[in-house]
Amino acid sequence: MGPLVKVAVVGAGVVGASIARVLTMYEGFEVVLVEREPDVGWGVSKANTSVIHPGHEEDPRQHPLRAKLCVEGNRLWRRWVRELDIPARWPGELMVFASPEEEREARKYVELAKLNGVPGVRLVYGRELLALEPNVNPQALGAVYAPTAGTVSPFEAVTAIVENAVENGARLLVETEVLRVRVEGGEVKGLETTRGFVEADIVVNAAGLWADEVSRSAGVEPEFRIRPRRGEYLLFDEDVRGKPARILHTVPTPVTKGVYALTTVHGNLLLGPTAEDLPPEAKDETGTTREGLGRVLSEAAKLLREVPPPSKVIRTFAGLRPEPPGGEWLVKAYEDPWGFVNVAGIRSPGLTAAPALAHHVAGLISEAYGIELRRKEGWNPRRVGIARLAGKSLREIDEMARANPDYGEIVCYCKMVSKAEVLEAIERIRRIGARPTIDGVKFRVQAGFGRCQGSFCRWRVALLIAQATGRPLHEVLVGRGAYAVGDVKVLLRGGAA
Amino acid sequence: MIERSFDVAVIGGGPAGMAAAAKAAELGLSAVLIESRDLLGGVPLQCIHPGFGLHVFGEDLTGTQFAYRLIERVERSGAEVMLRAHVHSVEVEAHDEKVVNVVAPGGVVRVRCRALIYAAGARERTIFEIGVVGDRPAGIFTAGEAQLLMDLYGVLPGREVVIVGSGDVGLIMARRFALEGARVKAVVEIMPWPGGLMRNVVQCLHDFGIPLLLSHAVVRVAGRGRVERVVVARVGEDLRPLPGTEFEIPCDTVVVAAGLRPNADLLERMGAAIDPATGGPVVNELLETTVPGVFAAGNALVVNDLVDYAVEQGERAAEGAKLFVEGGGLPAADWKPVARGRNVRLAVPHYVSGERGAVVYARVERPERNVLIRVPELGLRRFAVAVRPAEMVRLELPRSAFEGVELERLTLEVVPRE
Repeated sequence: MGPLVKVAVVGAGVVGASIARVLTMYEGFEVVLVEREPDVGWGVSKANTSVIHPGHEEDPRQHPLRAKLCVEGNRLWRRWVRELDIPARWPGELMVFASPEEEREARKYVELAKLNGVPGVRLVYGRELLALEPNVNPQALGAVYAPTAGTVSPFEAVTAIVENAVENGARLLVETEVLRVRVEGGEVKGLETTRGFVEADIVVNAAGLWADEVSRSAGVEPEFRIRPRRGEYLLFDEDVRGKPARILHTVPTPVTKGVYALTTVHGNLLLGPTAEDLPPEAKDETGTTREGLGRVLSEAAKLLREVPPPSKVIRTFAGLRPEPPGGEWLVKAYEDPWGFVNVAGIRSPGLTAAPALAHHVAGLISEAYGIELRRKEGWNPRRVGIARLAGKSLREIDEMARANPDYGEIVCYCKMVSKAEVLEAIERIRRIGARPTIDGVKFRVQAGFGRCQGSFCRWRVALLIAQATGRPLHEVLVGRGAYAVGDVKVLLRGGAA
Repeated sequence: MIERSFDVAVIGGGPAGMAAAAKAAELGLSAVLIESRDLLGGVPLQCIHPGFGLHVFGEDLTGTQFAYRLIERVERSGAEVMLRAHVHSVEVEAHDEKVVNVVAPGGVVRVRCRALIYAAGARERTIFEIGVVGDRPAGIFTAGEAQLLMDLYGVLPGREVVIVGSGDVGLIMARRFALEGARVKAVVEIMPWPGGLMRNVVQCLHDFGIPLLLSHAVVRVAGRGRVERVVVARVGEDLRPLPGTEFEIPCDTVVVAAGLRPNADLLERMGAAIDPATGGPVVNELLETTVPGVFAAGNALVVNDLVDYAVEQGERAAEGAKLFVEGGGLPAADWKPVARGRNVRLAVPHYVSGERGAVVYARVERPERNVLIRVPELGLRRFAVAVRPAEMVRLELPRSAFEGVELERLTLEVVPRE
C-alpha cells in the first residue's frame, strides 16, 4: 500500500461531512475536516427547510448534475438515515395549486418527474387531495403529489455523519478558519488557517457561503461569486392544531420560490422560507425581519386550512443559501492547481443531494488524480443515535431510569430531555473533537427546543457543560458567544472576568 | 414501576404547591408534593429582594426567607415530598381516581390519588412570542433566567442591559443589574403606563436613574456572537411600531420581562377548560377545574402579583380537595358564572355557588382613579383610590352576602365613583 493521500475538506456542513464520510470508505485517504465554527453543521445546514426532495423540481436540461444527484440523493438518504440513526420521516409532498394558472405551471413538474425518473409523481384533486392531506386549505384546486419526499433533522444528520466519519478515521478541526489554500508549483500543499498550517495533497472546498473566497485563494474561478439568499422561517409548538400530514408547498413562480408547511421530525410545524437575495458580503446576515415573517405567514395561509396564532410561535429564524451564478453548482477537480476540488455554490437541492454528491466527488478525485477507489475492510457503516426518552413508553422510561438514574432526572421539561441525554451529547461533541456549547446540546437532544425556549433549562445545560469541561459557568458558549460575562463579586471589585 | 397511593397529590413545589400540600396534610389528608427540581421553594428562592409575606406572615421577608418558611411548614405538616420528580402525564381513571406518572431518578412512580392540586407555576414569554426580529446571538435572557444566574450562581449575565417590559419582574431585574455594577440602558415598555407596582418604579428605576421608555418596543436585536445593539421604536395606539421613530441602543444584553403565562399544558391535556383571559384553567370557588377533583392554584391558575395570593389559593385548593376526598366528589351546587363587567380584564374564580364565602382575584384593563369595585347583584362595593392592571384586585365575597339573594350570575365591575 502506498503512502496515504491527505485530504482536507473545508467546511463541516452536510456536504463536507458527507464527503468526509464517503472518503473514509476507501483505502488510502487520510481525511481532515476543517470547520470555522465551534461545532459542525452551524452554517447553511443548520437553518433550512429540511426536505429531502423527490427530484421533480430539477430541470435536467438546465442543471443535469443537480437533477441526477437529487434523485440519487433521495434514494441514498433512505439508507443513510438507517445506517446512521438519523431522525427522518417520508410522508411525501404536495405542491398545492389554487388557480388554473398555477395548475398549468404545476403540470410542468409532472413532466420533469418523467425526465428524471422520479417515481409516483402525479396530479391529485378533490377527495383524493383531502384524503392525502386533511389539513390542506379547502380552496386548493389540486396538487402535484410526489410520494418520495421526506424530511430529516438536518443538524442531527450532520452530527451523525461526522460521528461516523470520525469513527472511521476522519479528524475534525473546529474553530479553525481557512485563510487561504497554499499552492506551490501548481500543486495544492495544504491550508493556511487561523490555527496554523494543515498539510494536504487534496483540498475539497465545501465551505458553503465562503466557498467562493476559498476558491479564489486557490487561484481559480476569479469570477465565481456566491450570493447569500436569505430564507426566513417560523417554528410552531408541537401542540398546535392543523399540522399537515404531508409536506406541503406552494407552486414556485418566477418571483417567489415555494413556501413550505411541514411537520418536522420532532413534531413542530415549520413554515418557510422566504427567498431574498443579499449582497455577496452579507454572509452573516441571518437575522429575521418583520416583512419576511409576514410573507411566510401569508403564503402558508394558502396551503393550510388553519395557520396557528402568533402566540404559538416558539422560534423564528433565518438561514442563508449559497446561491451560485445561474444557480449552477460548481463541482470540479482541477489539474491546476493539482489537488484542488470545488464543491461550491451548493444551493438547493444540496441537502438532498449531499450523499450522492459525496460519492460523485470521490469519483471525480479518483478520475482526476488517478487514485483507485478500493473499499476499506472494516469500515463501519453504523452509528447509533443518543437513546432518547421522548416518544418512549412509561415502561421503557422506567427501565432506562432504573438502569441509569440520570435518565430519571429531567433537565428540559418541555421536550422531556434527561440529564443522561445532555451528558451523552456533551460526550459525543467532545469525541468528534468539537467544542461543547449550549446550542450544540440543544440541536442534538432538543433541550431548550420547547415552548419556553430554554428559560427553564439553559442554565442547567450550561452547568452540566461547565462541570464536564472544568470551565466556569459564565464561559460556557451559547453559540459563538459566552453565556454570561463573569463572576458578580469579582467584577464588582473591579477584577477581570 | 412503583405505585404509591395518596388522598391528594400536589404538582409543583413553589409557594402555592407547598401551601397546598402542607394545608392538605394539616387537614388530615395523606398528601404528596411532587417537584421537578432538587429542592422546594420555586421561583421565590432566587428572589433576594424584600416584599414577600406581608399578608401571610405579617412580615416583610425576602423571597428566599419566604420560601424557607413554607419549606419548614411542609416539613412540619407531614406531607411527603418527591424531588427531581418530573410529571410525565396524568391519567384520569375515574372521577375520584387519578394516576400521576412521575419520572424520577429511581424509575417511574405511579402516584395514585383521589384529588390533584396543580400548582406548576407559570412560564415566561419569550422574545419570539413578543415578535422581536433580528439576530439571535448570546446575551438574550428571560428575566427569570438572568435572575437565577445572578442570585443563585453569582454570575453576571451582561454589562450593558436593555430590559423589555416594566412589570415588577422587569423593574426588579433593572435594580438587580444596577446593584451588581451593570449599566441598565433602558427599560422599554410597550404600554403607555408602567406594568409594575408604583413602589417598584420608584425604588428600582428612579432611585437608580434608569430611563423608562413608555409606549416603546424593542423591534430588533442585532449582534453576531453576542448582542451588540437593539432597535427601539415608538408604538402607536394599536401598539404597532411607528415607522420613522426607530433608534438604536448599544448594549450587550437583552432581558425579556414580557410577562408570564400559566403553565397549563398538562391541564389542557387532561381536558380542563382554559380561560383565554388568564391562560389558566376555568375554576369554581374551591379552585376546582372543569375536571372533577383536579384543582389549580398559584400562577398556574392565574398570574398573581403577590406571592401571598398564591399561598392563599394553595390553601383554598387543599380545602376543596378535602371536601372532594371526603365526599367522593364535591356536592352538587347551583354554580353561578362570575361575569367580567366594566374595566375588568380577568377574574378568578369563574363560578361560585353561594354556599360558602369566596375570594375573587381580578385585574383591570386600564388604570383608573377614584373608582368603585363592585358586585351589584350582591350589593357589594369597595372604594379604591386607584386601580392599575399591575395590581390585582382581591375581593372577598362573604357567605352572608349570598343569603336571601336569588342569582343568575355575578358581575364584577369597576366603575367611576360619582
